[in-house]
Amino acid sequence: MYRGVCNQWFLLLLLVGPMFVFSAEPLGQEQVTNLGEVLSKTQINDFDITIFPDGRNLPLGEGSVSKGREIYQNQCALCHGKEGIEGPAARLVGSDGWFSFSDPFRILRIDKYPILLISVGGLWPHATSIFDYVRRAMPHYAPKSLNNEQVYAITAYILYLNNLVGEKTILNKKTILDVAMPGNERSISAWPEVAKPNL
Amino acid sequence: MKSKNIQYVADGGLLDRRAFFRGSAAFTAAMLAAPRVMSSPDVSKAKIGESHPTWMKIPGTNDMPYGLPSRYEKHVQRHLAEGAPETSLFSVWHSPIENQRGIITPSGLHFSVNHNGVPEIDPQKHELMIHGLVEKPLKFDMESLLRYPQVSNIYFLECAGNTASNAVSLNALDQNCQELFGQVSGSEWTGIPLKYLLQEAGLKSNAKWVIAEGADGGSHARSIPVEKLLDDAIIAIYQNGERLRPSQGYPMRLFVPGWEGNANVKWLHRLEVTDQPAFTKDESGLYSDILDNGKIQRFSFHMDVKSVITHPSGKQALPEKKGFYEISGLAWSGYGKIKKVEVSADGGKTWAEAQLDANVLPKSLTRFSIPWQWDGQPASLLSRATDEFGRVQPTRDVWRDKYASYSFNHYNAIQAWSVSRHGLVENSYV
Repeated sequence: MYRGVCNQWFLLLLLVGPMFVFSAEPLGQEQVTNLGEVLSKTQINDFDITIFPDGRNLPLGEGSVSKGREIYQNQCALCHGKEGIEGPAARLVGSDGWFSFSDPFRILRIDKYPILLISVGGLWPHATSIFDYVRRAMPHYAPKSLNNEQVYAITAYILYLNNLVGEKTILNKKTILDVAMPGNERSISAWPEVAKPNL
Repeated sequence: MKSKNIQYVADGGLLDRRAFFRGSAAFTAAMLAAPRVMSSPDVSKAKIGESHPTWMKIPGTNDMPYGLPSRYEKHVQRHLAEGAPETSLFSVWHSPIENQRGIITPSGLHFSVNHNGVPEIDPQKHELMIHGLVEKPLKFDMESLLRYPQVSNIYFLECAGNTASNAVSLNALDQNCQELFGQVSGSEWTGIPLKYLLQEAGLKSNAKWVIAEGADGGSHARSIPVEKLLDDAIIAIYQNGERLRPSQGYPMRLFVPGWEGNANVKWLHRLEVTDQPAFTKDESGLYSDILDNGKIQRFSFHMDVKSVITHPSGKQALPEKKGFYEISGLAWSGYGKIKKVEVSADGGKTWAEAQLDANVLPKSLTRFSIPWQWDGQPASLLSRATDEFGRVQPTRDVWRDKYASYSFNHYNAIQAWSVSRHGLVENSYV
């Protein structure tokens, strides 16, 4: 097709032309710098700690309620209370609200620790979130010191305190997905915001 | 006794918001007319200095490399809230907004909440990772990030739990503005628009959420819809002209304008692009609203329109009776600009429009003021803000109707300060 058009200027245009086409801004995007380094799979795996409600990223391993009781009493009870209700740290057990038959003294504690109005057992929609949070942040004074089996065990014990699993339960990446959290069916999402910002 | 020359715009002594401007010409003329009086017979032997204060007769002290406020302003400090568990590491620091003027909270006075203490991060070792549903997973060090284009805006930041005690307490607690409203502040935030980085990584077509995670001990994490990140969210690196303080997220934080403080993840180190929210600890529990029908509302990100009178405010005493005061306060909306602020001095029976200070910016603190002549009778001072979208603050009763009695987040009802005939200002419910 280019026979007879071997003009040197045409050839120059042919070489140089594409540079202008491909460096022009793509439609709808801004020119950006490219200073990010490629992130390796190994590195991602080391930091990929988020557990999703569908079970994604849950590790292998298992933990029992009885093992969880042992760890809880040694490492968790001092902040969360022997029964997971007294505080001073976040309430793990029972319903949310001012009153509870399981904790008749709640209303006296709330004055000092207002966040005890809500509880993990009452509000959290997914058991996977308990695993996720305990593993990344607990105990408060030594985060990320528990191994995966210990985290399964503590999660099992917290669920047991809330009467959400039986005493003989072994929690692992499969059985944790079977737990029905009371907060789940009460949940609605305010996102996306329909018809906002206008009233 | 009302003067014939004063324009009252509402009951309770509220004056036209331009009343101070009109009076100034007469005031200046009066000052110039007063004659100077000389005394002292033997001027040649006289020395000046007898009446001068000490600091005008001695040389001053050295300045310092990083300036600090006067020691006479030492009382202006952040205040650590009681009620956070003693085992804390869950700390809530309130800003003394009743001492603040203008719309910028100095960085050292900016409110701050942390759930696992303030980490000490070496910026040379800190990296930002972007992975998940992206074409190219990437990491950035600080040196690279600092080369990206940065934008600056003045924004407010507010905790979802600001003013929580007025939401749940049966009685209006006798607290000051710092305790009741101190979890809001305003700053200039400077950083890289998220869209530059997300476009570099290349979002896949099913990318809907991003889990933003911090490098603190508790790896604080929140799920953010990708639309917000592509909208006005930035990786904030500077606050009020200098690098972020550790308390505010050094070396960088996610800043999502108009959204609750908890979602503005500090010490940001990882953005995991996904198709679903992770239901992290905070979006599972503490940062949800329980509605009056028992439903648990999640992902209520926006901080809605709100205002508070800071001058005068709780636990203050007006210095004298029957004087002019300038009522002043702050208004803000997580949706955009403030359109107007109305003030009432009679508990909400009559209202007048306040003056908005020149800088009315979207998703920023806005300063309002209105002159007031107090007649020494009990008064009840309220402010009611309306934003550019017609969103207006509800009364406390209307707000309470919507939520369960123990739900405390996103409380934006009209605030009332009662003024006794002795000039004592108190928190009150109207």
